[in-house]
Amino acid sequence: MSLYRTELRRLGKRRFTRWAALLGLLVLGAVLVGVFFTNQKIGPDQQAAAQRQAEQQYQEQVRWAEQERTVCEQAKASGQAQPEGRFPADCNMIEPPPPGSIDPQWFLPSTFDFRTLFGEMITTFTAIMAVIGFVVGASFVGAEWSSGGMMNLLLWRPRRLTVLLTKLAALLTGLVAVTVAAAAVWTAGFWLVGTLRGSTAKMTSGAWQSFGLTGLRGLVLIVVAATLGFALASLGRHTAMALGGAIGLAVVGQFGVGILLAMAGARFIEAWLLPTYALAWMQKKVTLEDWQSCNSVTYYGECKPDTLDLTWQHASILLAVGLVGALGAALVTMRRRDIA
Amino acid sequence: MPAVLEIEGLRKTYKSRRRGVRHALDGFDMVVEQGQVHGFLGPNGSGKTTTLRTLLGLIRPNGGRMAILGQEVPAALPAVVGQVGAIVESPQFFPNFSARDTLSLLAGAGGVPQTRVDEVLELVGLRDRAGERVKTYSLGMKQRLAVASALLKNPKLLILDEPANGLDPGGIREMRSLTRDLAASGMTVLLSSHILGEIQLICDSVTIISLGRRVAFGPVDQVLAEHSGSAVRVRLEAATDLPRAADALARAGLAVTAQPDHLMLAGVDKPAMVSRLLAEHGLYVSELAPVTVDLESVFLELTATAPVPGQHRQVDQSTKVGGAGQPGAAGGGWGA
Repeated sequence: MSLYRTELRRLGKRRFTRWAALLGLLVLGAVLVGVFFTNQKIGPDQQAAAQRQAEQQYQEQVRWAEQERTVCEQAKASGQAQPEGRFPADCNMIEPPPPGSIDPQWFLPSTFDFRTLFGEMITTFTAIMAVIGFVVGASFVGAEWSSGGMMNLLLWRPRRLTVLLTKLAALLTGLVAVTVAAAAVWTAGFWLVGTLRGSTAKMTSGAWQSFGLTGLRGLVLIVVAATLGFALASLGRHTAMALGGAIGLAVVGQFGVGILLAMAGARFIEAWLLPTYALAWMQKKVTLEDWQSCNSVTYYGECKPDTLDLTWQHASILLAVGLVGALGAALVTMRRRDIA
Repeated sequence: MPAVLEIEGLRKTYKSRRRGVRHALDGFDMVVEQGQVHGFLGPNGSGKTTTLRTLLGLIRPNGGRMAILGQEVPAALPAVVGQVGAIVESPQFFPNFSARDTLSLLAGAGGVPQTRVDEVLELVGLRDRAGERVKTYSLGMKQRLAVASALLKNPKLLILDEPANGLDPGGIREMRSLTRDLAASGMTVLLSSHILGEIQLICDSVTIISLGRRVAFGPVDQVLAEHSGSAVRVRLEAATDLPRAADALARAGLAVTAQPDHLMLAGVDKPAMVSRLLAEHGLYVSELAPVTVDLESVFLELTATAPVPGQHRQVDQSTKVGGAGQPGAAGGGWGA
């Protein structure tokens, strides 16, 4: 227990941890402030303004149609040659759009509907915190290895697996504590945005439950990301191993594979890209469409592509394999390696 | 006195596809008795640090037996590690923590009272700089911090690998004094160092390692005596009599080396015999002194690492006991 408390203290004392956490919270704050200022509440004034704009646009369309019809008739009467397709054969075919075709909704300002939009905000929060978790996790053990701190610690606590797992437990405890606190502020912040710059209507207990489950999946993703960073840095005994691995995977494994598969004309390329699974985990299901296929061609020429559903269960298998593989390798290596 | 540290037949082999097999430790033995300051000497690459790392569970041995305070390690290491303070090779600490934070975290991890932190900071002379980040420390200050970390547990066995490295002359003297005080308080100290004068001054006993094997061990005086070569320096009242004396001694079977003003004799068991022999020839001795050797010369002789003019000795060129050509120099390092 003393080792666990000590590692928690060490985590808190690390400048990198503090700066990374602060940076993450600043980014989250920037998103929150940005959403606040780019949305506004819809009231009678905004509705009336949108109505006026829609009417104004309709009138412009009417005027334009009349002008075009006049020009068309004059061109036909003068017998001058016109570019093909410039005017229809019958100038009366140039008509203004029917009344009501321009929806006043189109002119409403952006508004934050908590019920429909907060789910996306949970995903945004998860993505930012997962990156912070990965980097802090990698640094927490990587810097210990590269500075010799790990060797010093093992001179005091020779049970290697206990040391590594206790460090991981301390890291995850700190990360979960910060994540839960930040998530509470995040939720409160967007509730405020919804209240002041949108709507918080229709928030039933079912809606809250759904957000809660999405948040829980987000927390799992953050924990997995931190554990992966920790495990990779421990394997390579340096923070750069994890960061380099992540960058390498992103560049080669994601962009490279994406380009290669696109050139090969492969179907459902996104199914090979990790972010798709992260999204499937958060949204419970992602449906991929293959626009190269064209099934069920209807009488009107409608084309329905082949689809592939990736669910959170698929994503969970990938997360579990990645987690067990990386952490297992780190533990086995920790147990066997000579520390020089 | 009971042994605090015992090593028997310790082996550590490194295998490389490119460079073959290297025996870093090749059946190494060592015994350190309670309350002693024991010097651990060896040329670079001889296996000193590998021995210490293996002893402390950082490296897995390929064979042999080790025991600390009567308990077999590495199996019992978790049980005895609280009584072993160690610094291994150069001091390494997280650079952005202060000395106090560094020691406080180690104390926390080891269940040592936090009050001990200030005690050891005082002991190694870092009290006034304890709040500064380690990255601002000189090598000598880091070395002091390393010693402080080793002392934090108030151990029964203190293992110091090159503790004087980077210390100024005052620091070296302080370290010597500290080591003696610790030994006087009952602590057993294993001291690895290349400053052989220090070892000779401080240590009760030594072990000398070369290419992974022990080449000498025992009390310092005994090791020096065993390797003094029974050399004797002889001066006569008249230097002009030296050739006659050399001739008489050589005929008596002694190895004589003539110098301008004296003779050096080797293999003399009883110096009185020299005096009597020369007196029989009417030659009278003005000085008959056994030649004392220091640890450095013994070390260089035993490990065959004395510099030879015109040659550049490679790291692994030193004596290998029991090997071909023993006790002469043998090429070590990576083999087939």
